[in-house]
Amino acid sequence: MKESVFRIKENRKIAPLTFLMVLEGDCAGMDRPGQFVNIRIEGLFLRRPISVCDVRGDELTLIYKTVGKGTEAMSRMSRGQELSLLTGLGNGYDLTKAGDAPLLLGGGVGVPPLYLLARKLRQEGKKVRVVLGFNRADEIFFEREFTELGCEVTVTTVDGSAGIQGFVTDAIPEDYSYFYTCGPEPMLRAVKKATGTSGQFSFEERMGCGFGACMGCTCRTVTGYKRICKDGPVLEKEEILWED
Amino acid sequence: MGRLSTDLCGIEIDSPIIPASGTFGYGYEYAELYDINILGTFSFKGTTKEPRFGNPTPRIAETPSGMLNAVGLQNPGVDRVISEELPRLSKVFGKPVMANVSGFSVDEYVETCAKLDSQEQVGWLEVNISCPNVHGGGMSFGTSADSAAEVTREVKKVTSKPVIMKLSPNVTDIAAIARACEEAGADGVSLINTLMGMRLDIRRRKPILANRTGGLSGPAVFPVALRMVWDVYKAVSIPVVGMGGVSSAEDVIEMMLAGAAAVEIGSANLTDPYICRKITEDLPELMDSLGIENIKDIIGGAHNG
Repeated sequence: MKESVFRIKENRKIAPLTFLMVLEGDCAGMDRPGQFVNIRIEGLFLRRPISVCDVRGDELTLIYKTVGKGTEAMSRMSRGQELSLLTGLGNGYDLTKAGDAPLLLGGGVGVPPLYLLARKLRQEGKKVRVVLGFNRADEIFFEREFTELGCEVTVTTVDGSAGIQGFVTDAIPEDYSYFYTCGPEPMLRAVKKATGTSGQFSFEERMGCGFGACMGCTCRTVTGYKRICKDGPVLEKEEILWED
Repeated sequence: MGRLSTDLCGIEIDSPIIPASGTFGYGYEYAELYDINILGTFSFKGTTKEPRFGNPTPRIAETPSGMLNAVGLQNPGVDRVISEELPRLSKVFGKPVMANVSGFSVDEYVETCAKLDSQEQVGWLEVNISCPNVHGGGMSFGTSADSAAEVTREVKKVTSKPVIMKLSPNVTDIAAIARACEEAGADGVSLINTLMGMRLDIRRRKPILANRTGGLSGPAVFPVALRMVWDVYKAVSIPVVGMGGVSSAEDVIEMMLAGAAAVEIGSANLTDPYICRKITEDLPELMDSLGIENIKDIIGGAHNG
């Protein structure tokens, strides 16, 4: 973990309630996909944890949905504004388990952390398939970006206005080696049931500190109590305690 | 002795800056960021006789200038604290540490304190009779003078270490509770624990916290804490450890002028993990500008005249 000041280069709406922010600053030690940053926002006490979508050189890309005061304040920020970030937080995805043909399943704002993961897996020469789930056609983002990485992309929408009608679990191929997922909890539960292989899940929780000190985000797992911010946000499928 | 040194219940500490229990774990997370030996000491995560998971999540909510928490004393239990956490802690922190203890019965407090009394690195026992986030224990001992005195008296029987009773602000007369603790043999008091509060999610029409209520901390509570430290300092002659919303060197000076012999920093650590180092670095210059030679000279200094 490190505290650094970043400068906003870009902050624009890419879908309803969904924004892409590019920040410039010291990105050392944050190239593990699935990690997050914790952002100080003027006028609010707690920092806001946002997952990392991409890191290239000194450029950090975040995609966030406006769900409350913190993210709404972020959506109003403009180019040139400086922000204090705690960077390099969380364990991130473990790429060594991917196998030859990993499957990435993302739902809504669970999609962003899968982008850096897909890029790294493609760099390793893996055949990467991605299923992106949204509610409606106008909410779709990053379909082209994943395609440009050389991933095979399938989109699902709940109302059928684009791609396959249904949920990401309706578009799971048969011959994948391993999976990685991030999305709302009902989707994660469905993914756990619908998948036949091992995989990794990224979780979300309200946090106090974001670096393991306050026990504000602890959950029970097969292997004991885990802090989502420090021991997570990525947990292995076999660790998750959900009654079916 | 440096300018920041002060005495806490007979133990000289290099600095009045003490990270508060529950915001500093067992020190490791912060030891990765800076040398935590610059601190006077720190109060480790509240420890109970048995391991505890704590409350379901959400455990945290934002408030104006602060936060609510309802962690509910998650900890591995005193036996594992002694066998696992303390040996690890001793690798990153070389000074006496403050052991924070909580319980659900007088016997539990006594047993946990007795076990921690045998640990060389434990300098003080901070006995939490003020946790608002557990049911049937915690705060219920700190809201009556009689039960506060009983816990103090029984704990004192099993330890030779200084006992600091951590008091609840959720009472009508905190000075009376402090006096009861002093009469029962407490070596010091620390205050304030969090103020009980609540937030609702107006879309779901339900409390944000799974525990419904939580403890309020952060800058919002600073004036409340300061007033209580002021009143308790007047009421007792044992050292008072002040805490509640402290987040700058100025706040530290203000707390000490009100009567604090040392100052705990709580939720500020969560939003700025370097805050205790920053305050420690800022203090000498601030003291120069205020004409303060040694920090211990100002304890209770606002009460004169």
